[in-house]
Amino acid sequence: MTTGTLTAGRTRFRLPRKQIPVLATLALLLVMYGIGVSQYTAFSNVQVIFNVFIDNGFLLVVAVGMTFVILTGGIDLSVGSVVAMTAMVSAALLQDGMPAALVLVIALLIGPTLGLLMGCVIHFFEIQPFIVTLAGMFFARGMCTFISGASIPITDGFWTSMSQERIGDPRGNFVSISVLIAFVVVVIAAYTLAYTRLGRNVYAIGGNPQSALLMGLPVGRTRIAVYTISGLCSAIGGILLSFYTLSGAPLIAVGMELDVIAAVVIGGTVLTGGAGYVFGTVLGVLVLGVIQTLITFDGSLNSWWTKIVIGGLLFAFILLQRLIGIRYK
Amino acid sequence: MNDTTSRYRTMIGHRLFWPAAVLFVMLAANTIYRPGFLSIELKDGHLYGTPIDILRLSAPLILVALGMTLVISTGGIDLSVGSLCAISGAIACMYISKQPDQNSLGVVVTALALAMGVSLVLGAWNGVLVAVIGIQPIIATLILMVAGRGLAQLITEGQIITINSEPYRAIGLGHALTLPLAIFIALAAALLVAAFTRRTALGMIIESVGGNAMASRLAGIRSSRVIFLAYVISAACAAVAGFMMTANVSSADGNAAGLWVELDAILAVVIGGTSLAGGRFFLSGTIIGALIIQTLTTTVYAMDISPQTSLLFKAVVVIAVCLIQAPAFRARFSRRRRNVPPPATIADKPKEQVPA
Repeated sequence: MTTGTLTAGRTRFRLPRKQIPVLATLALLLVMYGIGVSQYTAFSNVQVIFNVFIDNGFLLVVAVGMTFVILTGGIDLSVGSVVAMTAMVSAALLQDGMPAALVLVIALLIGPTLGLLMGCVIHFFEIQPFIVTLAGMFFARGMCTFISGASIPITDGFWTSMSQERIGDPRGNFVSISVLIAFVVVVIAAYTLAYTRLGRNVYAIGGNPQSALLMGLPVGRTRIAVYTISGLCSAIGGILLSFYTLSGAPLIAVGMELDVIAAVVIGGTVLTGGAGYVFGTVLGVLVLGVIQTLITFDGSLNSWWTKIVIGGLLFAFILLQRLIGIRYK
Repeated sequence: MNDTTSRYRTMIGHRLFWPAAVLFVMLAANTIYRPGFLSIELKDGHLYGTPIDILRLSAPLILVALGMTLVISTGGIDLSVGSLCAISGAIACMYISKQPDQNSLGVVVTALALAMGVSLVLGAWNGVLVAVIGIQPIIATLILMVAGRGLAQLITEGQIITINSEPYRAIGLGHALTLPLAIFIALAAALLVAAFTRRTALGMIIESVGGNAMASRLAGIRSSRVIFLAYVISAACAAVAGFMMTANVSSADGNAAGLWVELDAILAVVIGGTSLAGGRFFLSGTIIGALIIQTLTTTVYAMDISPQTSLLFKAVVVIAVCLIQAPAFRARFSRRRRNVPPPATIADKPKEQVPA
């Protein structure tokens, strides 16, 4: 490399360089919010922001799990179906009269179990994560309709109280419990990635699995762990979704994995792994949420514009990552 | 004795053995479950029967999977094919629905040309992103996968466009020589791709690019041009598949047309033995893979199970086929076979995925 002298001169710019995607997302978020506020008077209401969190709490949790997987250079296509399956299983069990606490435990165990199995197949049999999680996606979606072809309402007292509980001023600005749960998940995930051994292993494997292996890091264990974490996050997301909709529907959250991947990429995580932050993912989810809010506020734009705008943003952010020279394989 | 074992070994070792075996087992199971499964009858000069149906319905998937095979063998992946199907179908139907005479052949040909043109441009867009700008294929095509669905709905304005055009309908439901026309279209595409890749150097060039793009470039192959071409071909195949899907139902639905076909196509390619990492590709394997998927779907319909639940079976088959083909799994399996005589692993392993 001829950059010996160059890098010496540029050392000062190196650190921010890594964070440019996150900063760009932040700037975009502020600009979009600014546009919203300048166009619609009601947009400046704080509750608009809270509503973005309330509507996207489950997406946030799932995206955090996906961040772990993408940081190792893998991908998890099963998240949307696992979310639906978790909601479906809890709705079905509650309908059968099982106590809420037990249902919660069972529902929270399904996702990680599936994630663990997928991680084991990926690691031990060296099959592409794309294919294995695709099979997981088919399996979970199939289970949903296997449980019931129609949606099941949830009438359980615990679920309805979780759904209707408003934290803050009930007449003014409030958030739901789901938002708090999502925040707790975000904080734990951010701490894990930044300060624990597991988190550093995740970054190391994403950077270069071979080097990580040669360094003596537990590559297999970490790889299986990230899929389990993603499964757990999907399960939590599924519970939050069932709080939000108070039902389990077999076709809910179809295509959610794309939204989640888009949020993670817009949040600055590189799909080849090794670079990215949970904070970026939070921003990515917020960007998606604000786009939806803007389109709802506008009223004249149709829902398909959301998809086109998300596609355009994906393109812009990938180009940005490319331009600032974050390593692509 | 020794001769038979070695022949048995070569047969087992053949790349098409396991996919073909799975297809055969599924057909056999179907015939046992429903003795009339394989019967074909001639009515009004057309052949009818479940096998014909499977062939006809698998035609779009075969087309998409052919293009996908080329893309995957260059080491890429094309997630946008489903959206491209929706877009091409939407454009064709939209154009036809606006014309006064929907049955005119000229109108249909213009519509097809128009839709094909747009699809080629979109394919070129994918190709430029991957080959020129150098974006990772999975994410480069994800852009069009997400945005393309929106575009298709934009073209149809969120409506389901119904058309009443005989020539267009023929693409999906027409007959020629007693067989559905769709089969011939898929066959022609397969032969065309096979001729270009196996009778010219193109196939080997694609494989070498997929094996090692850098090394092929140093060997004098314009890697980026080959990769670009693969995405354009994939888009063209997807466009034709889109025509078939919309012609089957004589209507274009931007939301549902070609939904998840990219996943089925990738599965077909992988079942056919082409590695997702790029390199060697097997067109015949891909076609068998597509037939397996369609047979599975038809089987599930025939058994009166909800279409969504068929995904459950698909998951099991995918994992089974992938495990059987995975070198790591085979190594474990054969080691165990040498040590412990009764090898029950094949039947047990795939199911290990399932409990949840």
